[in-house]
Amino acid sequence: MLQRVDDRTADAVSVVPAIEVSHVTVSYPNGHQALRDVTFSLDAGGICGLVGINGSGKSTLFKTLMGFIRPTTGQVRLNGMPVARALKTNIVAYVPQAEDVDWNFPVLVEDVVMMGRYGHMGFLRIASRADRDAVDSALERVGMSAFRKRQIGELSGGQKKRVFLARALAQEGRIILLDEPFTGVDVTTENAIMELMRELRDNGHLMLVSTHNLGSVPDFCDQVVLINKTLLAAGPTQTVFTQANLEKAFGGVLRHFQLVGANLHDDDDPRGVTVLTDDERPLVFYGEQSNLRHATGTPHPPEDAA
Amino acid sequence: MTELLVPFAYDYMLKALWVSALVGGVCAFLSAFLMLRGWSLMGDALGHAVVPGVAMAYMLGLPYAAGAFVTGLLAAGGMAFVRHVTSLREDAVIGVVFTAFFAAGVLMASINPIAVNIQSIVLGNILGIDDNDALQVAIISAVSLLVLLAKWKDLMLVFFDESHARAVGINPMRLKILFFTLLAACTVAALQTVGACLVIAMVVTPGATAYLLTDRFGRLLVISVSMGTVTSFVGAYVSYFLDGATGGVIVVLQTLLFLTAFVFAPRHGILAQRRSIATAREQAV
Ligand SMILES: Nc1ncnc2c1ncn2[C@@H]1O[C@H](COP(=O)(O)OP(=O)(O)OP(=O)(O)O)[C@@H](O)[C@H]1O
Ligand SMILES: [Mg+2]
Repeated sequence: MLQRVDDRTADAVSVVPAIEVSHVTVSYPNGHQALRDVTFSLDAGGICGLVGINGSGKSTLFKTLMGFIRPTTGQVRLNGMPVARALKTNIVAYVPQAEDVDWNFPVLVEDVVMMGRYGHMGFLRIASRADRDAVDSALERVGMSAFRKRQIGELSGGQKKRVFLARALAQEGRIILLDEPFTGVDVTTENAIMELMRELRDNGHLMLVSTHNLGSVPDFCDQVVLINKTLLAAGPTQTVFTQANLEKAFGGVLRHFQLVGANLHDDDDPRGVTVLTDDERPLVFYGEQSNLRHATGTPHPPEDAA
Repeated sequence: MTELLVPFAYDYMLKALWVSALVGGVCAFLSAFLMLRGWSLMGDALGHAVVPGVAMAYMLGLPYAAGAFVTGLLAAGGMAFVRHVTSLREDAVIGVVFTAFFAAGVLMASINPIAVNIQSIVLGNILGIDDNDALQVAIISAVSLLVLLAKWKDLMLVFFDESHARAVGINPMRLKILFFTLLAACTVAALQTVGACLVIAMVVTPGATAYLLTDRFGRLLVISVSMGTVTSFVGAYVSYFLDGATGGVIVVLQTLLFLTAFVFAPRHGILAQRRSIATAREQAV
């Protein structure tokens, strides 16, 4: 169901990067500069983790990609098009960190998910068989089918989040932007969502996913972008998601534990274990690369105290 | 029996009946949207904000409706714009903008006294409506209804979740301009014929009543528009027997329906809420 769009556009897309951010600087109206000279690009068919401390500009980057905030300098291109034009063609789906909607609005769960399909409908927005099928399967995938007739406000926080994820899935965008989709979501759902993201990736979708679950990044991301106001590193997970880079991104904010030798196990394996954790899921490194003991990370408070 | 059919024998009554039904229907459509976003008092505000337009039109010798429409549109646009730019709430925005317009109108009228009584604009006169006005109202209402029927889903999305609207390729700004233009045109048309008091009720009560009866926006629209149309028609009809006060009768009817829904609505009514709590308690024991 979810790959129908792909077959048509797969060729055209592989030529240009799906997301191209060049020299983007973003300042808020209060004068605070949230992003400085950020440049990276991502190709279609991948899952990219966006990692950084609170206030590092992850959500700001998403809003800039969606054109809600205009960069003061630099530009963003999606599938080779300027943002405004890309949005017109319905290729970008976005789930914000926190939904800012009226929870008393008279719409049911299934109505909200159907809103994801508007870009596929005609002038009068009349749902076709395909639209209804997409809604059914999206609800199924996030495990919310049983709640489809609930009014949108009559759900728990995590359930609301799942509904908006379902809406983004039903949209079948080439580019899917997820701002912390796993916060407040239980482990079963989290795994189901990751599974789904892998399928979407195999069908040529690009997902940019911000997360604080460092432990799951190597599991499901093939690329990582590390930011702290400016770009720290970007590239394949294996080369970029290293302790050294994470130290740069998090400084002393990360909790880390190092367990070596007999403390850990009583067999002959001499490797130590390093556990890095930002919140829920810790990241574990085995072996020599644990030079963390010597790290003199200074705490990195978000610098907007200035 | 035949006595009940008497109103239909008079041209002026027939005209009053269908004009108020039409205006009632389109205003109820708008009310469903206004209520959701805290704009419910917009009708009230526009009713007052047209005064400087009328005064100006009088000085320049133009039709009142044109002047009223221009200031109505300016006021509605001004409110939407201030809301868009600042993070002030809707009620504050409405208050600031409409008092400014109303004060300007009063000032203009006091410096340059106008022959038409502002009261006559505010009260309207459905039973005395002339053919031209009736036609004008009919055209404005019919066009607005058509546009709303075609665009209600897009408008709903913009009112519910503007950023998602943009993500699926909708231009929220353009739709909002469209909506507030229709609102200004309809309130002005309605003001002329049914008066401010009625307009205010018509753009609030049907939507609020329907909200108590359903959790789906599509049904809410159907309920709201039916209620607006039927109460306006019946109200105009009944007012023949009560002699005048059409607006009053219509508002009373709508309020009665609202109260009924408030008490008896299947899920959101007082009785239903009491009942489900009681059931839950029983099950607990
Ligand atoms: N509307 C705003 N006006 C002014 N400054 C803002 C605004 N929103 C965010 N900021 C500032 O911009 C910086 C980046 O914020 P952003 O929301 O992008 O962080 P984030 O990386 O998403 O953080 P988190 O992990 O907490 O979600 C922060 O320093 C924040 O204080
Ligand atoms: Mg954020």
